[in-house]
Amino acid sequence: MATTSAAPSRRALPFPVALARPAALVERNLRAARHYWLTFVSGFFEPVFYLFAMGVGIGALVGSVEVDGREIPYAVFVAPAMMATSAMNGAVYDSTGNVFYKLKHSKLYRSVLSTPLRPWDIAAGEISWALLRGLIYSAAFLLVAAVAGFVPSWWALLAIPACTLIGLGFAAVGMAATTYMRSWNDMDYVQLAILPMFLFSATFYPLATYPPVLQWVVQATPLYHGVDLVRALTMGDLHAGLLVHVAYLAVFSAFGLWATTRRIGKLLLT
Amino acid sequence: MSLIRGTGLRKTFGDFVAVDGIDVEVAAGESFGFLGPNGAGKTSTMRMIGATSPVSGGQLRVFGMDPATHAPAIKARLGVVPQTDALDEELRVRENLLVYGRYFGLSREQVRARTGPLLEFAQLTEKTDAVVESLSGGMKRRLTIARALINEPSLLLLDEPTTGLDPQARHVLWDRLFRLKRDGVTLVLTTHYMDEAEQLCDRLVVMDRGRIVAEGSPRSLIAQHASREVLELRFDAADHAERVADVAGIAERVEVLADRLLLYVHDGDGALETVAARGVHPLSALVRRASLEDVFLRLTGRSLVE
Amino acid sequence: MSRADKQSPTARPGSPGEVALGGGSAVEDPEREVGPAPRPPGGGWRAVFGYWFAVYKRIWRSTVISSFLAPLLYLAGMGYGLGALIDSGDRTAVPGVPYVAFVATGLVAAQAMMTASAETTYNVFGAIKWLHTYDAMLVTPLRVVDLVRGHLVYVLMRLTLVAGVFVGVALALRAMDSALALVAVPAAVLGGLAFATPIYAFSATIDSEQGFNVLQRFIIMPLFLFSGTFFPLTQLPVGLQVFGWVSPLTHTVALTRALGLGPDSALWLEPWRFAVHVAYLALWAGVGYLLAVRALRRRMVV
Repeated sequence: MATTSAAPSRRALPFPVALARPAALVERNLRAARHYWLTFVSGFFEPVFYLFAMGVGIGALVGSVEVDGREIPYAVFVAPAMMATSAMNGAVYDSTGNVFYKLKHSKLYRSVLSTPLRPWDIAAGEISWALLRGLIYSAAFLLVAAVAGFVPSWWALLAIPACTLIGLGFAAVGMAATTYMRSWNDMDYVQLAILPMFLFSATFYPLATYPPVLQWVVQATPLYHGVDLVRALTMGDLHAGLLVHVAYLAVFSAFGLWATTRRIGKLLLT
Repeated sequence: MSLIRGTGLRKTFGDFVAVDGIDVEVAAGESFGFLGPNGAGKTSTMRMIGATSPVSGGQLRVFGMDPATHAPAIKARLGVVPQTDALDEELRVRENLLVYGRYFGLSREQVRARTGPLLEFAQLTEKTDAVVESLSGGMKRRLTIARALINEPSLLLLDEPTTGLDPQARHVLWDRLFRLKRDGVTLVLTTHYMDEAEQLCDRLVVMDRGRIVAEGSPRSLIAQHASREVLELRFDAADHAERVADVAGIAERVEVLADRLLLYVHDGDGALETVAARGVHPLSALVRRASLEDVFLRLTGRSLVE
Repeated sequence: MSRADKQSPTARPGSPGEVALGGGSAVEDPEREVGPAPRPPGGGWRAVFGYWFAVYKRIWRSTVISSFLAPLLYLAGMGYGLGALIDSGDRTAVPGVPYVAFVATGLVAAQAMMTASAETTYNVFGAIKWLHTYDAMLVTPLRVVDLVRGHLVYVLMRLTLVAGVFVGVALALRAMDSALALVAVPAAVLGGLAFATPIYAFSATIDSEQGFNVLQRFIIMPLFLFSGTFFPLTQLPVGLQVFGWVSPLTHTVALTRALGLGPDSALWLEPWRFAVHVAYLALWAGVGYLLAVRALRRRMVV
């Protein structure tokens, strides 16, 4: 049944086939998700609950918000922020907890590395999967927000790729951070990074609400750039400044990818 | 043709030397074993051969290739059965094979065609859609072996293949490995069980503290480093060393263990008669054939399984 | 509660521990519970509590973030930040009450729920399935009830700690401004137990940890958002308001808000209303306790 005639030429994958390797890991995750479909579906609801709590509940308390001299309903202001933060949360959730489980408990990556897959393939595969999931959630969220009347512009469709970029950055950096985690208790440190961003990235109220010094701090965080980008798109407020946001997030992502690849190799190929 | 050739192979972790300059060569079709206690450097050696652990010193070639530069190409032709099964518990039994095959870049059709025969080989056909967690230890081990065979490897690396299994499960597993051997798969395994090494290996090296202390076939190693038979004597004594004088001159060599004396002799029954004739009465006596355990004891002064 | 005692096959009437857990008086001095009554062999719930406390002493640092820092961040972000926006307009959550005080008095209850849920999900499931802690405990003279009680006493301690620190900080920040706010601590603890016991039962029942994702996303998260923590329930459609009043968190918030804002606020309660809220929470905690013991017995004694 097993023979010695395995042809090495077929097995040594040529370069274009290289993308097949991360794809194999995506396929693995897709199969696993089929057994955990309820978890998958539940991921969609969290941002929607937030959207209605904030948009409807808090919206009734706030009324309208002034952005760039324009009065807009609070729900319209907060909906893109919820979309951007859920892209961050989903990516972080996938790339920290789930990846930690595979790294430490199931030893999945150890098995994978005894096959032709390399550390880069693992990083690319896991992050692609996080993006794929994020893409589905973002699209569904946008649909719900639009139906609820919180999305005034068609440019909002571009918010989907924008959220994918947010997800890429946070998934890559999150996965790199996970390689430093020693136990589940360290997941709390992930919260320490995520929660302040969630609350203070001009998500729930405009940047102008902050004192000038804090405005600089807020503007330094990656989520701020994500929120501002998505908000501009859903409101149809396009301008060249958005490219700065895109560039920031692109650099953030590249750094995460580089760090993850390095760390996986360092941890598992010793 | 040699599939594995290592010369002066070393593996260090900081100051700790796990493998201290060993020479190994494994030919195609051979069944080769690393025998040694925990911490002897067996697993480190296996991981270097599997191209998942960089070589710290010396030279290593697997299928004639350097693991440092050709890891994916080497791994494509290897089957690896790690010490812990590391099965994918989020997937079902058959899916473990399907997904693993895809890691090798095999097409879905190829993988699908192979899973049936492999599950049959691993005697898991009835467990096709079972949750991995529900399998017994022996079943998990067989699934891990089936998984390692999905790419039809010409070389199978098995790290402690039967550690932790009950005797019956071990025999089932050995039977499977015999079949692979018969089909021409080169087996390289580590073990700290001498019976396993005797059962499975054409040739083996005895490792201790990162070094190879002996090499040969199980039979030649026993012939070389032990006598034909062993007489084990237990006395009612706190320290068995006190009783060495009672058996002086009877054996080629005497080993003192915590709970017994081992007398290395050509004729065990004859030696026992001599002991009785001297008026020495042990609590119990046992005559057995010498094993690799005795070889290891001779070479290192320590027991294999503690 | 006496009915509950009789239904529980291993209940020891007269044992103060029983009352403290199943009943309502939330904070009992554990020292007082050592009585002369004949005790079954084994370390009892004290030994089990000892185990969890030893674990906590080892990992408490990493819980500082979720237990103490996270609620303060919410207080800053929602209470002060959003409060600036809300209080500047012509609307507000409750007339005469700064939004930060509204949020602070709600958050203490929400945090109790979060803590209760965090301590009775993976800890319980892990002790059953992954670490086999419970298996190890049950080969000793410890009984199933001891396991549940010891764990719940530990949760009680955690809740007291979390709620106490939050109220202390809120008082220091003047986000709460009444001496009665200190009484909000036992109210929050009771509210936490109303979640801890049923969630314990749930954790002892499920086969896959997937259940926790569902619990978190379909129960805990919506309750956090829609139980009056951040905005009055009355802003929701009537259908959702009904749902909100089933939630123990809504009742806990009613208590902590009344106590935290003091007798002068519009949200102060008449005595009978206090009694109703307390009774409702005690019912959840008590029934949950019975279910938890039953679930764990079914799981472990097979």
